Amino acid sequence: MSHWHHFRVWRGDQGGGKLEDYPVEVNEGEVVLDIIHRLQQTEANDLACRWNCKAGKCGSCSVEINGKPRLACMTRMSTFADDEVVTVTPLRTFPVIRDLVTDVEFNYVKAREVPAFAPPEGVAPGEYRMQQVDVERSQEFRKCIECYLCQNTCHAVRDHEENKEAFSGPRYLMRIAELDMHPLDAADRKDMAQDDHGLGYCNITKCCTEVCPEHIKITDNALIPMKERVVDRKYDPIVWLGNKLFRR
Amino acid sequence: MSSTTDMAAGRAQIAARTLRTDRWWLPPLLNVAGLGAWVVYATVRAFMQNWYFVPEYNYLTPFYSPCVSNGCVEQAAHFGRFLPDVWWLPYAAISLPFLLLFRLTCYYYRKAYYRAFWGSPPACAVAEPHGKYTGETRFPLILQNLHRYFFYIAALISLLNTYDAVKAFIKDDGSFGLGLGNIILVANVVLLWLYTASCHSCRSIIGGRLNHFSKHPVRYKAWVGVSRLNAKHMQLAWATLASLAITDAYVMCVSAGWFSDLRIVG
Repeated sequence: MSHWHHFRVWRGDQGGGKLEDYPVEVNEGEVVLDIIHRLQQTEANDLACRWNCKAGKCGSCSVEINGKPRLACMTRMSTFADDEVVTVTPLRTFPVIRDLVTDVEFNYVKAREVPAFAPPEGVAPGEYRMQQVDVERSQEFRKCIECYLCQNTCHAVRDHEENKEAFSGPRYLMRIAELDMHPLDAADRKDMAQDDHGLGYCNITKCCTEVCPEHIKITDNALIPMKERVVDRKYDPIVWLGNKLFRR
Repeated sequence: MSSTTDMAAGRAQIAARTLRTDRWWLPPLLNVAGLGAWVVYATVRAFMQNWYFVPEYNYLTPFYSPCVSNGCVEQAAHFGRFLPDVWWLPYAAISLPFLLLFRLTCYYYRKAYYRAFWGSPPACAVAEPHGKYTGETRFPLILQNLHRYFFYIAALISLLNTYDAVKAFIKDDGSFGLGLGNIILVANVVLLWLYTASCHSCRSIIGGRLNHFSKHPVRYKAWVGVSRLNAKHMQLAWATLASLAITDAYVMCVSAGWFSDLRIVG
């Protein structure tokens, strides 16, 4: 069973652009990325889009579909009514390169700013020993496919370009939380999270969690626990006293 | 102007604030209505200074616990009367501000009111109306980090509410009694404990701050339990708002004589 659907796709670059209308054939079982590919094959041969695995695991085909940040390969056409206009635009937080492709360099810069795992002194690679129960929290965060939908939807940078320098975004604050919870990581990441990566900019409105295609509870399991760890360090005299008394 | 619609940042030039086609405005609207209605009701009741206690059955509304004003009736004042009886001071003025601050700094309510009342953001991928944003990095919002202190105090106040609920099983003549009011008071206290225990600060204090769960098996089990509750924090936040209002309204109605308590025993 196939039918015709009305697509609107943003075409352009940094010099300008607009939404262009395309009537396009849609077959049963297809996803938005299939339709983008059909447009490339038929009406818009020069339409630029980034994609790779078509299985929701590479994080390449992040776009905004009817205003919602989503993976094009994981958005089924059956979720739209037959007469519903489907609008596809590039991620709005990052500079556009062309059509649906954006420059996500911001994320690579922020990734480089997070110090790597730091093993404790005297423990060489190959000697790491950890209990499963101690690492399973971090394993949730390792499901991240780096699609940057969370980075794109976080209003701290989406609506405020000027905050990009001070705020690393949910993906990299989650990375800091992952390492801070790591049983063998010896680096001190609490002050770093607050002072260097802008954890305080997060007002826990949970949009990162809402758009995560891996369903990682970014806010509840990474950002809020990290905020609480920062409170332990910077704002809680009871914890400070406990640490002094029991020499933790 | 929001950067989302700002053409200067090299972003795609789309002037629309959002291209969302769903009813993204409905959840913030419901939150404004729900939270607004509750705040109005609670404020009116806190300052009413009337119909807060049912002497025959020892029902004390949580909005007046502990009742420590000189204006409190003697049977309701379980912990003495020492605050001046003036119209602008609620009878439970030593607990209500902390309960308010506990909820005001709660991670769930923060999300709700930042979105609903401040539009920061109104919904995901909907541009906010503010030109500048510093989040919780500066005064006054940096004070949100005090949430755990209000958690400690809220836990103590939950103990008081528990005491009130237990005491309500003893009627004014000293005999055991059970009525619909008791069931409501106990249900409210159970929900209050669940909400308090599901707090994100509690989750961190109980075990979340540990890096070696394997060395603290008891705290790990407690953390697992609190984490399960924590996943329902939003639902518990709303359930307790409802239970507090229902409990208070029931005590008010019985105290005012608008209807009598449905008695099961005694």
